[in-house]
Amino acid sequence: MKDISSVLEQRLNSSSIKKRRKFRAFKDIFARYGIAVGGMGVIVAITLIFFYLLYEVVPLFKSASLETTSSFSLPNELTASQNLALITEEQNEQAGVLTRQGQLIFFSTQDGTEKARHQLPLGQASITSLKEKTPSDSNLMLGLSNGQVIAATTRFQVEYNSQGERGGIQPTVTPLFKANPLQLDPLKRAIQQVTYQKLHDGFLVAGLVKQGEVLLSKVEQRTNFISGATQETIKPLVFPSQTNYQRLLIAPDAHYIFALTASGQLDVYNAQNLNSIVLDHSVQLVTADQQVTQLIFQLGQQSLLVGDSQGNISQWFMVRNAASQHRLTQIRTLKLADAPIKFLEAEQRRKGFIAIDDNGRAGIFNTTAEKKAIDLQLLSTSQPQLISLAPRASMLLALDKQGVVHNFAIDNKHPETSLKSLWGKVWYEGYEEPEYTWQSSSASTEFEPKFSLTPLAFGTLKAAFYAMLLSVPLAICGAMYTAYFMAPEVRNKVKPVIELMEALPTVILGFFAGLFLAPFMESHLTGVFALLIIMPLGIVTFAFAWAQLPGSLRHRVPETWHLVLVIPLVVLLGWLSIALSQPLEILFFAGDLRNWLTNDLGIPFDQRNAMVVGFAMGFAVIPTIYSIAEDALYGVPKSLSHGSLALGATTWQTLVRVVLPTASPGIFSAVMIGMGRAVGETMIVLMATGNTAVMNANIFEGMRTLAANIAVEMGESAISSSHYRVLFLAALVLFLFTFVVNTLAELVRQRLRKKYSSL
Amino acid sequence: MQISLKDWVRSGSPWIWLSASAVAISVVLVLGLLGLIASRGLVHFWPATLQEYTYTQTQDLQIQVLGEQVQREEVTAEQIRNSGIQVAEGVDLLARQLIKVGNRDVYGSDFRWALENQLSNLNYPTYATSFERREQGNFYGFILGIKDQGQLVAEQEKGSNQLWPAVTERLEKTLRIHQQIEDLEKGAIGSINYQLEELRLDKRRLELKGQATPENLAPLEAKQAAMQADYAQLETQLRTLYQSLATSSLVVVTADGQSKEINFSTIVRAYQPNNMSLGQKLGHYFAKLWEFVSDDPREANTEGGIFPAIFGTVMMVLIMSLLVTPFGVITAIYLREYARQGFITRLIRIAVNNLASVPSIVYGVFGLGFFVYFIGGNLDKIFYPEAAPSPTFGTPGLLWASLTLALLTLPVVIVATEEGLSRIPRSVREGSLALGATKLETLWRIVIPMASPAMMTGVILAVARAAGEVAPLMLVGVVKLAPNLPLDTNAPFLHLERKFMHLGFHIYDVGFQSPNVEAARPLVYATALMLVVVIALLNLTAITLRNRLREKYRALDV
Repeated sequence: MKDISSVLEQRLNSSSIKKRRKFRAFKDIFARYGIAVGGMGVIVAITLIFFYLLYEVVPLFKSASLETTSSFSLPNELTASQNLALITEEQNEQAGVLTRQGQLIFFSTQDGTEKARHQLPLGQASITSLKEKTPSDSNLMLGLSNGQVIAATTRFQVEYNSQGERGGIQPTVTPLFKANPLQLDPLKRAIQQVTYQKLHDGFLVAGLVKQGEVLLSKVEQRTNFISGATQETIKPLVFPSQTNYQRLLIAPDAHYIFALTASGQLDVYNAQNLNSIVLDHSVQLVTADQQVTQLIFQLGQQSLLVGDSQGNISQWFMVRNAASQHRLTQIRTLKLADAPIKFLEAEQRRKGFIAIDDNGRAGIFNTTAEKKAIDLQLLSTSQPQLISLAPRASMLLALDKQGVVHNFAIDNKHPETSLKSLWGKVWYEGYEEPEYTWQSSSASTEFEPKFSLTPLAFGTLKAAFYAMLLSVPLAICGAMYTAYFMAPEVRNKVKPVIELMEALPTVILGFFAGLFLAPFMESHLTGVFALLIIMPLGIVTFAFAWAQLPGSLRHRVPETWHLVLVIPLVVLLGWLSIALSQPLEILFFAGDLRNWLTNDLGIPFDQRNAMVVGFAMGFAVIPTIYSIAEDALYGVPKSLSHGSLALGATTWQTLVRVVLPTASPGIFSAVMIGMGRAVGETMIVLMATGNTAVMNANIFEGMRTLAANIAVEMGESAISSSHYRVLFLAALVLFLFTFVVNTLAELVRQRLRKKYSSL
Repeated sequence: MQISLKDWVRSGSPWIWLSASAVAISVVLVLGLLGLIASRGLVHFWPATLQEYTYTQTQDLQIQVLGEQVQREEVTAEQIRNSGIQVAEGVDLLARQLIKVGNRDVYGSDFRWALENQLSNLNYPTYATSFERREQGNFYGFILGIKDQGQLVAEQEKGSNQLWPAVTERLEKTLRIHQQIEDLEKGAIGSINYQLEELRLDKRRLELKGQATPENLAPLEAKQAAMQADYAQLETQLRTLYQSLATSSLVVVTADGQSKEINFSTIVRAYQPNNMSLGQKLGHYFAKLWEFVSDDPREANTEGGIFPAIFGTVMMVLIMSLLVTPFGVITAIYLREYARQGFITRLIRIAVNNLASVPSIVYGVFGLGFFVYFIGGNLDKIFYPEAAPSPTFGTPGLLWASLTLALLTLPVVIVATEEGLSRIPRSVREGSLALGATKLETLWRIVIPMASPAMMTGVILAVARAAGEVAPLMLVGVVKLAPNLPLDTNAPFLHLERKFMHLGFHIYDVGFQSPNVEAARPLVYATALMLVVVIALLNLTAITLRNRLREKYRALDV
């Protein structure tokens, strides 16, 4: 008989078993690394959320850049001094230059090869003036030495071939007026400055002649609907002043005419009635030691941008004052350097502009954000003679004295956001004072986006505050009672019921709040307020009455079962308050509380208001706070409370003086976690408020929260736009807020757990 | 007096009672909400009695009104006066009713508020008929006659009902034809359209590869021609069906005497609620209930069923749980069994815990930016260049919604699984290792089976959370009306890129974005009830499982 152990040893060392053992070891190691990789991967994926949000937000705060891409000589042999203007187009592919001879020469922006040429009908005259560039207006207007004006529209059309593939760009120049040229000055004096504005039925053309006299003409164009032919009539208008003006600008629809004197005073004429233009008021644009060097419209033509001789650019627009008068008001001043501003050109898509001073220093600004995105010396060797900012503000062309065109690429994607414009008060165009406003989009392309997150953050906190107002007392008192006074059998029934609340989808609470609660609270407002008084009073009265009952009756329901008595009582009191709603309203508020609130107290009332949100969201938060607080209270070692009771304290004293202080960190963390939930809640707020971004704490008005705002606007924001990134920023703010609050709560909770285990 | 007020207050008793009331209020709120949703949601399917009143607007203007009473409330007379309606002096309280008068095409709106003192002559006309229509909501009125091909073939007085059998018969016939049309449109024609689109994409793919030679294209074009022939045939079939639909119509009259012609093809259901027995009413109730869970929505989601929303929710949750279970479990196993316990694991645990309370909308934003635009956009560039410029995966869809929710619910699964793993006593593990099992074998044979109820709990909780989430879904794939279900008979059967409908979003959309909120309200309650029931069931299952698990291992703990 062989020794069993030797057989076993043999068997165990047989090659098949060895192989198997190896395979098992391999599987074990493989699983170890596999699981490690998987686990780490998931953890990395989770942290990815934070980094991705950050990645989308960072470009908002990245500084802009301006880089030379190419430089080349002009296609013709003309020197720089012979050119009057540079124009650019949408695609950054072609540009045009206007020569003194009235020739428009189009060339490629890459290498300067000539693409097309167009001669404007100057006749014998020479060009004496050129209309300043106005954003989103591609028309050229020239004043001539013989009192004539030429206006032309330049268009750049992308050509497509029959397969639908994109070809080159074809520039076209068409006269704006039928009268081409248009005789603005019948006395044939040279036009020193020329400008125009589009009216609903034509154009208002204004010019200055040598003596500072203002010439005005209305070019009326009527299109016949049937034949499609345009009829044009020219009506000279009377300008009421003989002041020696330097510069003219006409506001949209010819509401106002701005006329600048040599001393920097701007006269604002009211031209709503073109047949009787009157001086409205005058403002001094610069101090006595400065001169106005540039005066242009910003995009939208609501704001004037004034460049002065000391390197300042100020923004002005009409503001209604206390006396309901519209006055041109200085809004803000941005500074480039100390040298006089030589060029000022507004962006055509955003409320920004580029300014270049006499020393060739260039700055790109945004007025909403009051930000200087770029500040640098444009050309190292010479000074720019002409500049043109492309329509998308992504390219700048500068022509220097040697006739060399420099092509700069501008990367300035999010100029409208700065810490100030995101969180501070901003004086937006057309507003009477600086305000916190969120208004991210509008139908108009000339719209000034208002990205102030402050009203949204305020709304978030307001909603959370009212929710906490309801939930904290209810949840904590409830937790105290459940943990300390309730019979275990009751506790085992009650706790799951309240915890079931937590599982309820918030969309259901939101719809309940919006469709049922809001109209109900509106019609039973008095009852709701009565509830606040009747409920506690009723319960205390009942409790006192209960204490007066003979012991034999009282002891039938033990103290730990009191809840059974209270539940029907609560239902009864609630019903009573609501039933009393109308009688009380008639008694105290002349039958209409809403009317009384709005008309007598001046408190605005929305049906979907903070009270409804507070109620619904409070409801959503109660189980969170209740559950954690109850755990903390229940976990307090019984030895502590027994000791206290043994020393003669009442149960309530024990609870308040011993148990509550011990569990207070846990309750604090419960409140924090509840707060985190209230802050990030989306659907309830979305459905139970009107979602208007108001900045007041009125309980009868709504709010717009960060989360609801994201839900509403995210879908319609363009990828990588400022709006998109600002919404990401809002998400990041929410993320960080809840993360910090929860981590804090979690740390407190862990410390508490340690404390309990040591007790 | 047994105890003086002062002593009683000093004993702290009032506070105890007040905190008891806090619990009571919470409980009453939960039960009240559930009760409210249940009652409003379930009542909707019951055939409501039709009431007829004489409505006195002014002294001279009296009209007959027929409809369902929806709501009754008391208001103070002052509020009525403030809204500009004359109320006699000395009246303090008034009752008013919201009546669903239907007949949107006749009256302009379905609902009418009326003060009860303006209503008189209440009666319940036996033969008043409700017509549920495909458009314009319900019609309430009386049958006067039947027309075939525009010719009046049968007539009756307003108070009689001899036409009712003929009406129901004709209605059944048209409903059958309607069903055929629907089957044809959704089945065969839908399938051909899908395949034609696939062929177009195949062609485009060839073009993009530069292989669009005639010999390559020929088979595709042959297929296309065959399909178009099929299509033409189906279309004629469809046209005949449509023609047979439009033949007969009903002549009806409203309570105030306006007569109207309703084509049978526009009617979904006709019934006479005042003339129904309890059995008939029950039958009607369950038929409506079945329609609600099994049918497509009608009239901008305010009528009909919610089947696509139920289906979408279930699909999304299924895919999500397929994604979240393995990843969540592996992470939990890694954290509990493999990673060295220390500061880092503590930190990770806190982070995972906190992620569970990061607002869900943040996940939505992340999902939209990262999954949809970044990953989806790049997938489209690589794999679906032929579909450009219309995106395939670069637009919100089922896959992205499931992934986003998987990420959202990952912490739930991790935490629950970890808890389960930590409850398994060391002795069990050590016993297995001592017998020579490797760590993996111990895990696979001993630990995981023991922890499986905990994992199940985690997954169920995750599913319950995912089923109720709406905010992130609004960004990553849910739509108010999806033309196709994400699962159908066209290969590859499961269309992960499609948008889908969801119960929670349906509630939001119908309740808040719909043009006729009042009409949609009962449906919203019913949908909410559906969602609550599903989620409550899931949660109760999870709770039971958890408790059972605790019981099972309590013995081992000692």
